[in-house]
This record gives sequence, C-alpha cells and structure tokens, in this order.
Amino acid sequence: MSIMITVKYFANLKQMAGKDEDQFDISEGTTLEQLSDLIRQSVPQLGDMVREKKVMISVNYDVVPLDTVVKDGDEIALLPPFSGGM
Amino acid sequence: MSTALESKVRIQREDFSVTDEIEFMKKSSRNIGGITTFLGTGRELNKGENISELNFEHYPQMAEKKLGEIRERAIKDFGIIDMSIIHRIGHIDIGENIVLIIACGEHRQETFKACEWAIAELKRTTPIWKRETTTKGEVWVQATP
Repeated sequence: MSIMITVKYFANLKQMAGKDEDQFDISEGTTLEQLSDLIRQSVPQLGDMVREKKVMISVNYDVVPLDTVVKDGDEIALLPPFSGGM
Repeated sequence: MSTALESKVRIQREDFSVTDEIEFMKKSSRNIGGITTFLGTGRELNKGENISELNFEHYPQMAEKKLGEIRERAIKDFGIIDMSIIHRIGHIDIGENIVLIIACGEHRQETFKACEWAIAELKRTTPIWKRETTTKGEVWVQATP
C-alpha cells in the first residue's frame, strides 16, 4: 500500500530545490533515510545533505532521527541550521 | 501568525513596542517583582561584511509551537511567573527590533537565568532563518552564536 506525503523546503533549501515543496508517493513503512533517496532523485544536492546530516528533518513539527518511519498524512520538512534571534 | 498583544508567543511582520509589551506582561500578576528583557536588533556588521538589510523566514506552526514550548519550560524550570516571546519576520532594516523576550518573576535571579536560556533555546530549536543582504549579494546565515 502506498501513501502520499509532502516535503517542505525552507530558506536556502527552497532556492536549491527551486520550489516550496514536493509530493512523494511512497510505500508504507518507508523511513526518512529511504525518503532521502527519493529526494536525491528529485534534487540530488538536497538528498545528499539529508544523508550527511547537514539538514534536520521534522515530522509534524518535531525534529526526528532518520530511522523514523513516515506515516500517511505526516508533514515533513527539511530544515537548514536555524539563525533566528538577532 | 498573530499580532494581538494578548498572545504571549507571537511571530509577526509588524514592529512591536517594548514598553507596551512590558506593561502588558506586568498585568500577569501582582506578585511580579523583577522583569528581565532581551531585545535583539538588526546590526550593520557581521563578520566584517556591511549588511544593508535583513530578511527573516519561518516555518509557520512549527516556529510558534517551539516558542510556546520554550515559554512553558522557562516558567516551569526557572520558577518565573510569566514570559512572552515575540519574533519578527520579513524585511527588517538595520537598527530595527527583531526579537523580544520578557521574563517576569518574583525576584531578579530567576528572570535573568530564564531570559538567557530562552534566547539560546530559541536560536537552537526554533525554525527561523535569517538572510542578509550585503554588497556581495544575499546570504542565508547558517547559525549564529
């Protein structure tokens, strides 16, 4: 069974991807690490950054490890290092 | 995104009045005896580069959620009475307000500690990004101390 998920991009990652978000049709039980392979097919540089842990990944607004299994309806985001504050 | 003064955690484009925000927080309790504030502002120089303008982007919902968590933890862990956190996004000129944290407590010690912890935690956990415009072009800032 497959599920449809959305991956959001922010800041410089949005510029790299050339878009705000991507839709992926993935198999149930897919981990974020496996998802990074799909992202690499779409935007190679971004997939590599996920693998090399240069960006964090959030699922439903919490940063999670790469072995997290993606569930139907999850909101996933690739997050470059934060620089808020001042 | 909320701009109403009654919300103690806000991300907004508009500037804020530090005085109005402090007066609002003083109404939280008649037991407040000390207030510590941290105000972050746009500076002109960063790593030797002249900055002409700043732009902040955030991840809606997650950023507000993280600021809410910081406020709740600060109140619980440092024993302060209340805290507000306001962060601006969008275009910000040099010298303008960026972020305001107000920690209110019965005594000063806990408010100093809570305020310092909160700004460090904001920078560590809150999905907000800064883009600087310099003479060399636009740069997304990676992390700041």
